[in-house]
Amino acid sequence: MNLEFSPEEIAFREEVRAFIEENYPEELKGFGSREDLTRDQFLAWHKVLGKKGWSAPAWPEKYGGTGWTSTQRYIWSEENARVDAMMPLPFGVSMVGPVIYTFGDDEQKARYLPKILSGEEWWCQGYSEPGAGSDLASLKTTAVRDGDHYVINGQKTWTTLAQHADWGFFLCRTDPDAKKPQEGISFILVDMTTPGIEVRPIITIDGGHEVNEVWLTNVRVPVENRVGEENQGWTYAKFLLAHERSGIAGVARSKRGIERLRNIASTEVLDGEPLINDDSFARKISQLEIDLTALEFTELRTLARESEGKGPGPESSILKVKGTEIQQRLTELTLEAVGTYGAPDYRGFPEDGSNEFPIGPDYAHHSAPTYFNFRKTSIYGGSNEIQRNIITKMILGL
Amino acid sequence: MDFNFTEEQTMIRDSLARLIREQYDFETRMGVVNSESGWRPEMWAQFAELGLFMAPFSEDDGGLGGGPIDAMVVMEEFGKGLVVEPFVPSVVCGGGFLKHAGSAAQKEEHLQAIMGGASTFAFAYAEPRGRYNLADLETTAKKDGAGYVLNGHKAVVIGAPWADKLIVTARTGGDRRDAGGISVFIVDKDADGVTTRDYPTVDGRRASEVYLENVSVGADALIGGEGEGLPLIEQVVDEAIAATCAEAVGAMGVAHQMTVEYSRQRKQFGTPIGKFQVLQHRMVDMFMEHEQSISMTYMATLKLGEDEVERKKAASAAKVRIGQSGRFVGQESIQIHGGMGMTEELAVGHYFKRLTMIDSEFGNVDHHMRRYTQLSATDLKAAAE
Ligand SMILES: Cc1cc2nc3c(=O)[nH]c(=O)nc-3n(C[C@H](O)[C@H](O)[C@H](O)COP(=O)(O)OP(=O)(O)OC[C@H]3O[C@@H](n4cnc5c(N)ncnc54)[C@H](O)[C@@H]3O)c2cc1C
Ligand SMILES: Cc1cc2nc3c(=O)[nH]c(=O)nc-3n(C[C@H](O)[C@H](O)[C@H](O)COP(=O)(O)OP(=O)(O)OC[C@H]3O[C@@H](n4cnc5c(N)ncnc54)[C@H](O)[C@@H]3O)c2cc1C
Repeated sequence: MNLEFSPEEIAFREEVRAFIEENYPEELKGFGSREDLTRDQFLAWHKVLGKKGWSAPAWPEKYGGTGWTSTQRYIWSEENARVDAMMPLPFGVSMVGPVIYTFGDDEQKARYLPKILSGEEWWCQGYSEPGAGSDLASLKTTAVRDGDHYVINGQKTWTTLAQHADWGFFLCRTDPDAKKPQEGISFILVDMTTPGIEVRPIITIDGGHEVNEVWLTNVRVPVENRVGEENQGWTYAKFLLAHERSGIAGVARSKRGIERLRNIASTEVLDGEPLINDDSFARKISQLEIDLTALEFTELRTLARESEGKGPGPESSILKVKGTEIQQRLTELTLEAVGTYGAPDYRGFPEDGSNEFPIGPDYAHHSAPTYFNFRKTSIYGGSNEIQRNIITKMILGL
Repeated sequence: MDFNFTEEQTMIRDSLARLIREQYDFETRMGVVNSESGWRPEMWAQFAELGLFMAPFSEDDGGLGGGPIDAMVVMEEFGKGLVVEPFVPSVVCGGGFLKHAGSAAQKEEHLQAIMGGASTFAFAYAEPRGRYNLADLETTAKKDGAGYVLNGHKAVVIGAPWADKLIVTARTGGDRRDAGGISVFIVDKDADGVTTRDYPTVDGRRASEVYLENVSVGADALIGGEGEGLPLIEQVVDEAIAATCAEAVGAMGVAHQMTVEYSRQRKQFGTPIGKFQVLQHRMVDMFMEHEQSISMTYMATLKLGEDEVERKKAASAAKVRIGQSGRFVGQESIQIHGGMGMTEELAVGHYFKRLTMIDSEFGNVDHHMRRYTQLSATDLKAAAE
């Protein structure tokens, strides 16, 4: 056991640090990973990485991954967090990509994977429905075979950034008579420009347009867009969820967030002294940082196990639960640190559409909306209660 | 970066686990705890024979070439078995002082005896009015010819009833709570002027109040430089913290397992109580606390060799997290066992008690939260300059 980086790893760190410094898009600096960017802003870094061959480090090399070790991947995310980089969105790279290269046929691999890597095509995830949230297997959207097409009817919801999406991966019921609800579901790739698809915005409590309803009315999709076997979609869907969870801890990003929080608390003033000198506030930051350290080492242990060929198991649920608790606590403490200037609604001010914001310090502007927005993290990706159910069953065996 | 154990470490763990399973079952342990002496010297000898006491020391010092990770492996097994014998006081603390600062002669005389199990050390650092501040010392050591004369009262010295040697911290200069002027001595427990009052602790161990009254020691009793003891003490205590965290990890794991198992067996309302989601989720939380504690113990152990601030922050962070996790896991274990958890007869209550007392060893959650916060402020200032 040791924590040392080998000379090769140190050289690797220098290499990626230099690459990021030289290539991270100027216009994204300081934006962090906010949800209210334009499509081009979201994709800017992804496209640079795609050209370099670094947009999907975790993929097998033969499909365009980097072949990095778990330590290299750890270094990679640390280095990106240093500049608060807007990383490629998960829907293509972490979700549908692995499903396609694991379960898809050769034509699908050739058709879809390169454009996921390059950032040319944007994907969205059509799982949840109004009546099927945590109990995803109760989904009702149907895909009925008609010659060499499926005809899809139903409604998806909470579909993240579907307003920008070129493609969506949808779970649809192909066998309404299956004995168990998990059986009879298929995993289908849908071109979002197909007639019959309507994307309607849902505005969230932070005022943002991040999620959508997706209505599907007689949407005709070629049968070759189904991944894997008909009625076996649940298996692929679950595989995807485990992959989704493992990137979700967000350790490097939270570390950067704590640094930012410390800076805010050093600037804000209480009784004429920096807020950070207030013992009770300083201890809250300490607690957060200590919990993050625990999470970081749990993630490192998980990565080490994965690099021995043991894929992400149910213990990745810990990363999801603890990672999101920490992210939420971080946004909460940041809002607390900001104090009264958390209150002004920044959307009410800039008339000329500029980013100039005249009221309060810059760091205050997004503190409340970010806190509001981050309540989502314990709900999506399998809510934290569902994660506890998974651990109960898979690990405690109860 | 590497999280694997070496073959030797795996071997130590497996053979120790077997020994504890065969000779340290809960009933045997309770018999020993309630016996006159409260420990088993013959068990101690068997631990020595396994090479446990040599494992954490370098080959130059006559050890097996391991380090803190080996101590971690040992203490996790001790935690699982609620072993009372004093590995941390004697090997980690006693051995630690000698390893870092002992002269060749001191190592020859004492470290060999510790590693062979011939000599057992206890670490007399706490005082009745010092709380967890290692520098808050009223015990004095006055220069007397070539040697020193010690006076003072050391509190709750774990393992002292079983020890033949004491490591005593005392002031050779400076004012109470000063960082400078602290020295570390080896004192024979049967030296003239040393009296002890022995008693059991609530978690099944033995401790003493140690009174030093004009105890004369030679110059060769001083470990490290006169008046320069504090950094050394802090280093050894951080090592003891890491080892104690490993013990807590072992104990937490067992308490959690026992609770899950009990919830499977125990039926109320016509169903195993393990089917109630409100209990399931709490047991999941216990599981997560245990996992996070394992992570923190690795982290603190692996960072013992880093620079001072980094090492101290790591030890304090681990002690905070383990204190909190240990309390949670302990309390929930009792709660989910219902009335049975309250009984002396069931092992789970004894795990709870040990976990409770671990928090107050080498500084509790509040103490280490404070230390961590102060160290972070130092970091921040350094970064600003
Ligand atoms: C911002 C955001 C983005 C999203 N993006 C997407 C997306 O891109 N694509 C997509 O398909 N979905 C997306 N989702 C949907 C997300 O996956 C669901 O919200 C989630 O699965 C929970 O479902 P629900 O909202 O219907 O809540 P419900 O399932 O109705 O749950 C309500 C509450 O009950 C609890 N609960 C439910 N079942 C149990 C149980 N068995 N035991 C204990 N407690 C339980 C839940 O934990 C929760 O607290 C997104 C959601 C949000 C908020
Ligand atoms: C010190 C002490 C004094 C006592 N004095 C008396 C007395 O004077 N007279 C007397 O009659 N009794 C007495 N009791 C017994 C006491 O009332 C029981 O211990 C209590 O009712 C719990 O029952 P149990 O111990 O069998 O635990 P169990 O019922 O087995 O419960 C075990 C665990 O499961 C949980 N649990 C059980 N059912 C559910 C459920 N449906 N949903 C969620 N969680 C559940 C419990 O909360 C507990 O955490 C005493 C107990 C103690 C410890």
